Amino acid sequence: MYRYDEFDEVLVRDRARQFRGQVDRRLKGELREEHFKPLRLQNGVYLQLHAYMLRVAIPYGQLNASKLRQLADIADRFDKGYGHFTTRQNVQFNWIRLADMPDVLDMLADVEMHAIQTSGNCIRNVTSDHLAGANRDEIEDPRPWCEIIRQWSTFHPEFSSLPRKFKIAVTAGATDRAAVRVHDIGLHMKRNADGNVGFEVIVGGGLGRTPFVGVTIRDWVSKEDLLSYLEANMRVYNRYGRRDNKYKARIKILVTELGPDIYRRQVEEEFAAQRSAEKIALPQAEIDRIAAYFAPPAFEELPDASPVFEAFRSEARDQARWARNNLRAHRAPGYASVHIVLKQQGAAPGDATSGQMRIVADLAERYGFDDVRVAHEQDLVLPHVKLDDIPAVYDSLKRAGLHASGAGLGSDVIACPGLDYCNLSNARSISVANEVQAVFADPDFEDEVGPLHINVSGCINACGHHHVGHIGILGVDKKGEEFYQVLFGGRADEKAAIGAIQGPGLRHEEVAPAIQRVIDAYLALRRDSSETFIDAFSRIGQGPFREALYAAS
Amino acid sequence: MPLLRLGRIEDDVWTPVGEAQELPERGAILVSLSRFTADHERLLAGNCALGVSLANTDNPADILPWISRISLIVLEFPKYTDGRAFSQAQLLRRRYGYAGEIRATGQVLRDQLRLMIRTGFDAMLIDEADAEAVYQLSAAELSEAYQAASDSSEAVFIKRQRAREVSADQ
Repeated sequence: MYRYDEFDEVLVRDRARQFRGQVDRRLKGELREEHFKPLRLQNGVYLQLHAYMLRVAIPYGQLNASKLRQLADIADRFDKGYGHFTTRQNVQFNWIRLADMPDVLDMLADVEMHAIQTSGNCIRNVTSDHLAGANRDEIEDPRPWCEIIRQWSTFHPEFSSLPRKFKIAVTAGATDRAAVRVHDIGLHMKRNADGNVGFEVIVGGGLGRTPFVGVTIRDWVSKEDLLSYLEANMRVYNRYGRRDNKYKARIKILVTELGPDIYRRQVEEEFAAQRSAEKIALPQAEIDRIAAYFAPPAFEELPDASPVFEAFRSEARDQARWARNNLRAHRAPGYASVHIVLKQQGAAPGDATSGQMRIVADLAERYGFDDVRVAHEQDLVLPHVKLDDIPAVYDSLKRAGLHASGAGLGSDVIACPGLDYCNLSNARSISVANEVQAVFADPDFEDEVGPLHINVSGCINACGHHHVGHIGILGVDKKGEEFYQVLFGGRADEKAAIGAIQGPGLRHEEVAPAIQRVIDAYLALRRDSSETFIDAFSRIGQGPFREALYAAS
Repeated sequence: MPLLRLGRIEDDVWTPVGEAQELPERGAILVSLSRFTADHERLLAGNCALGVSLANTDNPADILPWISRISLIVLEFPKYTDGRAFSQAQLLRRRYGYAGEIRATGQVLRDQLRLMIRTGFDAMLIDEADAEAVYQLSAAELSEAYQAASDSSEAVFIKRQRAREVSADQ
């Protein structure tokens, strides 16, 4: 993982000191809330329903044991003993006092962490594939480029007061696990005709009130040109993005209103006009320096199969199931990536207690090359675990209540915090998510249904990414009563699509039974068990699914 | 409102001249882009030092042919969260090589000063009691910069490269 040098260190320390000064001025009344707001937001501090919330950056979702333990300590000392991992691979603390924020930032800086640009109208924390460096289908590890983008975008003076927030994601896998097509800019690493690795540049995707799948603006840009090309995009957006209406200020609206061709032409003209002194020419030695931090760990040479693991799998049904659903194929023979599902009844999806964080930290240190990832499914991942160690890892996870075995299935619901925590929300998300999870409480049924992404948002801001759930659930407020609209057909992967709202909203208590009917309809309609929900939906269309959804009324 | 130039409070010697207003004989005059566009031959032929105010929707390229004869460009922050003038300033300095004064007006708050300095502003009208001290503090708040901009800060990646070259020489 990337380690700070003296420059990175001094900047994070300076930032913590700067923010301490801003908080101090605010608490003394020298700074009005109106003027403080953009400042605190650029440092991840939101004013939520009950308290201030701090969003801590986890660049491209990578943690190690010492970072995770520090997050656990922060949760214990300044919060209520837990943290919330988010769809953008960050972690949020919901109960930190404003006066304590500067101390928390110092604690973060002690482990090379920060909350810089996790909010506000700036370039946000860059996200990536949680299996980067571990999976079998990427052409190259995307993390060095994520780190390069992190540094370039940090305190970028020209792009610190954009029309709206700006999210960049990078993936290098044939399978897109970073949802790059629904980001302001998505970068998909690929080879050009000459075999050189560069980036497909996808612009103008996004969810929120007006969801769009991004458009490919450049089929391939070289590594050498990447930052300069990003600057050209950012400048066009900063100059011409709408500022008259915050709901029309994202780059997706600019791209849509101009049309992709005109947007592309403006970017290409801006890019072509850059003088050589304006180009960002990273020395190869600097790229190599950063890439070296992401060199593969020292994997042992192992056979593909592990007798220890085989015995574990055949020993008990629940172990076999966990192994089938929660392990991911690894590039190194004899290893796997372990998916730890943070979806517990009664808690917000993505919540982990300080105790759970410490256990995962211990496991990473002992069995996982000190590497932990946050997945955008609001789960944690140990990317590199020896198959021989899987039984020990499973036992520890089980003791911590972290052995839920439905990764990527119906119970692995993505949801926003909803009305319980958020002052934007119209409806509860957590309780609906919990009830929908209960539909899949029988493991045999959940396995029978197979891969299924369900996403719940408590309002149209779409923090639960309901537009890209195979089944999306959106909370709306109708005259003070919570209703839930259901969408079908969304997906966030390389075949990204926006789901379609099926019709009138359902009452809270109607949602789970309706989802049950839809799933039953799918099971009856599919060709065979290899046809997933989303594939069956794509083949058949919404008719029978919609009918099942409303069959009770 | 105090005018800060290069971190010092200075008198403002520039006289704004309206769209239809008669031009003074000498002095330093500040006109809008539309007045400049309509009248630039007379303006440039006169004895006055010339400044141009741009709205943040104006294109700095519109004054490019005359840029070396303009001594002041005023850019506007209608709200301090509106960062369009940062791009204008960067274009003026880095692309068009403009070397005169770039001045910020509008809602200029101390927490933007560093961003302004980095994007090429050397002057600002700022409503602060102790403007010079606030400027010094803001300018020094962050000791490094990851990216090159219009100021003299050297990007961290360049510093790292130099350190590598130095250590390779030794």
